[in-house]
Amino acid sequence: MKKIYAREEHCIGCRLCEIHCSAAHSKYPDDLVKAFKKAEVLPVPRVKVEEDIPLSFALQCRHCEEPHCLTACITGAMYRDEKTGAILNDPERCVGCWTCIVVCPYGAIFRDEGVGKVVAKCDLCLEQGEPACVANCPNAALVLKEKGGE
Amino acid sequence: MRYCIIGNSAAAVGAIEGIRLLDRENPITVISDEPYHTYSRPLISYFLAGTKEEEGMIYRPKDFYRKNNVEVLLGKKAVSLDTVAGEVVLADGQKIAYDKLLLATGGKPFIPPVKGLSAINEGIFTFIKLDDAKELQQHAGAGKTAVIIGAGLIGLKAAEGLIKLGVDVTVVDLAPHVLSSILDEKAAQLVQRHLVGKGLKFHFGVTADAITENDGKKIVALADGTEITADMVIMAVGVVPNHGLAKDSDIEINRGIVTDNHMETSIKGIYAAGDVAENYDLLAGENRVIPILPNAYQQGNTAGINMTGNEVVYPGGFAKNAIGFFGLAMTTAGLVKDKDAEEYVNAADDSYVKLLVKDHKLVGFIRINAVDRSGILTGLMIDRVDVSGMLESLLSVEPGLIVLPADTRHSRLEGGAVTWR
Ligand SMILES: Cc1cc2nc3c(=O)[nH]c(=O)nc-3n(C[C@H](O)[C@H](O)[C@H](O)COP(=O)(O)OP(=O)(O)OC[C@H]3O[C@@H](n4cnc5c(N)ncnc54)[C@H](O)[C@@H]3O)c2cc1C
Ligand code: SF4
Ligand code: SF4
Repeated sequence: MKKIYAREEHCIGCRLCEIHCSAAHSKYPDDLVKAFKKAEVLPVPRVKVEEDIPLSFALQCRHCEEPHCLTACITGAMYRDEKTGAILNDPERCVGCWTCIVVCPYGAIFRDEGVGKVVAKCDLCLEQGEPACVANCPNAALVLKEKGGE
Repeated sequence: MRYCIIGNSAAAVGAIEGIRLLDRENPITVISDEPYHTYSRPLISYFLAGTKEEEGMIYRPKDFYRKNNVEVLLGKKAVSLDTVAGEVVLADGQKIAYDKLLLATGGKPFIPPVKGLSAINEGIFTFIKLDDAKELQQHAGAGKTAVIIGAGLIGLKAAEGLIKLGVDVTVVDLAPHVLSSILDEKAAQLVQRHLVGKGLKFHFGVTADAITENDGKKIVALADGTEITADMVIMAVGVVPNHGLAKDSDIEINRGIVTDNHMETSIKGIYAAGDVAENYDLLAGENRVIPILPNAYQQGNTAGINMTGNEVVYPGGFAKNAIGFFGLAMTTAGLVKDKDAEEYVNAADDSYVKLLVKDHKLVGFIRINAVDRSGILTGLMIDRVDVSGMLESLLSVEPGLIVLPADTRHSRLEGGAVTWR
């Protein structure tokens, strides 16, 4: 499956990916300004920029083949999407116990207590088409591709 | 090929999903003495508190059995095994023939010898099943009082649920503090302060010696002479492997059912997984029962794949927990104490981080009010990464991947290496 890969040598640490990720998962997925001005609570970004100048990179869920999170989820809220293979979270079932957070070796699952006590993790923007972080990175430091592909 | 699974919880579901990865055809029969569709056991405290409805507790969607072509026998107890004929005998006399069998019978409450306990017929509870929570809910309510014996995860989860229902709760434990199997003294103090603030009362370092009844009220006599009167008593001292079925057979049992790295027992074709089984603890370096849900699922899944005749190895595991009480969140993993390990602590007023490091490798951590990204540490434990140069970051309230050596970091970014299997 296609996943998002970080190219740390291209990342400039601007955090636009985080901002667009928040907006893409808000009530106004297509409008950054509205999302930030009008949404009552902004969703927590599902991509994380880490920075220690000059190094920086943005990381989100690796959509593992043998995901720790899925096997550890105490409720069954974490599941694999049958069509795409992506690892997704069902906010209706998630209870915010954070068990998946203690097992994800990438630190790719975030607490989101604004919209309810649930986790936020990358869903590859499956509903929107292209991942917002990839689409909006000004320096192509995030790419959607097959492993090892271009 | 006929598969049979006794139990219908995390280990069983892991096995069903493991079998069906590779074998869509052969019949699977699941036997459970609980009358319910597979549900999330940890959610019984949410159910008790009224924050989760019964329908919301299902561990897999309603069509799970149908989609996976599983015949489930609910509300049926397996009473014996004939390992020679390859049959499971149910309480109603029915016999289920199998070629491959999985024992996923989980744990059962350990009831300590308390004088007078067996003479009391009503108002004494355990807290590991949905039916336990239902019964408790019937008795609980504002103005009621409860004594919980055991300040471990289950005891405190019951306490949280009851407090939310307005019950006045006192917890008794022989240990010097709460959650003694996963927290140290300092961490426990922080948690206790929070719990006391929510109305819980504690008696530590003392056992319950006797229980008597007077006019429907239970009187719990502690070893130090204290007497506590309550409407209900919850026995939550611990959970032990529920291996009764294997006891009368030739299956080797230590504390739990002994399994090899394929989750197979000493009898070929019979597997065990989850809270009933004993397997390798990567950090303790010995076989142990590690009664947590992630391990139950992974062991069950491994057993399931091996039951199909394909071979996969269970790599061993270690304890990892994420727990919350009244909004206070904590994560822990690995060892709590080890005389050969160095300890590193970052303590603040409202947070606490402790790392245990042995031979430059992380072997345990406690993180209170500092749960974000704690899986990064768990990953370093699995991969046995030398953490000498990154302790400061790992001690911080929110650790990151950026401190990893370049090659480890790149492999993380590529999504390599640390899969659970
Ligand atoms: C209140 C509570 C909170 C918890 N919270 C957490 C948590 O936050 N995180 C975590 O990791 N773990 C938690 N746990 C532990 C977790 O629930 C267990 O580790 C997990 O359920 C083990 O799964 P299992 O499949 O091995 O067995 P179990 O879940 O114990 O299931 C075994 C099943 O087999 C059935 N059975 C047994 N014998 C027979 C028989 N002879 N015939 C037919 N059926 C039989 C039992 O009735 C039961 O339904 C919690 C447990 C409790 C009780
Ligand atoms: S959340 Fe973490 S463990 Fe789960 S699939 Fe994504 S990277 Fe893997
Ligand atoms: S926080 Fe949600 S997704 Fe994560 S383990 Fe708990 S219930 Fe599952």
